[in-house]
Amino acid sequence: MTTVEDHFDATIGGNRRIEPRDWMPDGYRATVIRQIAQHAHSEIIGMQPEGNWITRAPSLRRKAILLAKVQDEAGHGLYLYSAAETLGADRADLTEMLISGRQKYSSIFNYPTLSYADVGVIGWLVDGAAICNQVPLCRSSYGPYARAMIRICKEESFHQRQGYELLLTMMRGSDAQRQMVQDATNRFWWPSLMMFGPPDDASPNTARSMAWGVKRHTNDELRQRFVDMTVPQAAKLGVTLPDPELKWNAGRGHYDFGSIDWEEFAAVVAGNGPCNAQRVAVRRRAHAEGAWVREAASAYAARQAQRKRAA
Amino acid sequence: MERGWPLWEVFLRSKRGLNHVHVGSLHAADAQMALRHARDLYTRRNEGVSIWVVRSADITASSPDEKDPFFAPSGDKVYRHPTFYPIPDDVPHM
Ligand SMILES: [Fe+2]
Ligand SMILES: [Fe+2]
Repeated sequence: MTTVEDHFDATIGGNRRIEPRDWMPDGYRATVIRQIAQHAHSEIIGMQPEGNWITRAPSLRRKAILLAKVQDEAGHGLYLYSAAETLGADRADLTEMLISGRQKYSSIFNYPTLSYADVGVIGWLVDGAAICNQVPLCRSSYGPYARAMIRICKEESFHQRQGYELLLTMMRGSDAQRQMVQDATNRFWWPSLMMFGPPDDASPNTARSMAWGVKRHTNDELRQRFVDMTVPQAAKLGVTLPDPELKWNAGRGHYDFGSIDWEEFAAVVAGNGPCNAQRVAVRRRAHAEGAWVREAASAYAARQAQRKRAA
Repeated sequence: MERGWPLWEVFLRSKRGLNHVHVGSLHAADAQMALRHARDLYTRRNEGVSIWVVRSADITASSPDEKDPFFAPSGDKVYRHPTFYPIPDDVPHM
């Protein structure tokens, strides 16, 4: 007699997908909800650093592109909240967890965007790192998450390319513009490497998440892949990555790179990054200021439904 | 705490000649709003020429387990498949 647990194990073992109403261990459900929720929150908060520049875009073309990109990030957040809800999470609860600071989002969005070059560097490095992280998640064992990731990855490619193209354009400009690109690269390089999370020996849940197929590569593997992909892109662009220890290691077939400041990472995750308080406050205010719209729409819908019944 | 808008499932026909396919869900106060949100959320790049929305609460689903006895009646009827019938190789067009 096979139990529901055998069936779950066989599905995971056979590299097939778990679907919403399947039986699953409580730990799997909790882990996947937390993973999807944090990812959704990151997309939503991730609108802010770039949204900051929409009204000051240097041309109508750049404004239209940036607006489309930020709208995509909103969309990504909504695809993911929708996936989390298939596991029984409630949308209003998830929003509450974010604005009360009980659930986290990616540490990268706690850094400020100081110039328009930051928009380009975020597209190139931050969306680039996100793509590295997300492509393997298109094979997540949880079906709705994997399907959301496929949709998201298709859209991310535009994000990275528009960023890189923006930077190529600035690098063909004045010395001051080239300096802006270098400065933005200097500020975002290390935080981008931190996006992959703590090193493997400090990531205790990795083994279980990999066994469950909700994580496909370790943090360090993905970080190395990102460095290897990015070094030639930086050379082509003509910027210097701010790491004197960065060099090709023929023996490993990878680039070696310097050590990451994990104390800074821990501080930002703990809430002490440059913009943590501001990011959450903006989201909280938007939610509070939208309350009357949500209530009015609900009241209108209830009234219409009542009229229909009466007719 | 405030009660949110209900959940709707979204189905898209990506082009004429194809079925509507489930793509995800969203929250909306009523059906018209659900359609508009579905357009904004799921068709930003011409992914659809037609959208259906249906209240998630109105969907009745079978048990998720494919081993469920619900599907057993079709499991032992191999004679419903063309490969059940041996036909000599030299019979044309069959
Ligand atoms: Fe995104
Ligand atoms: Fe993106």
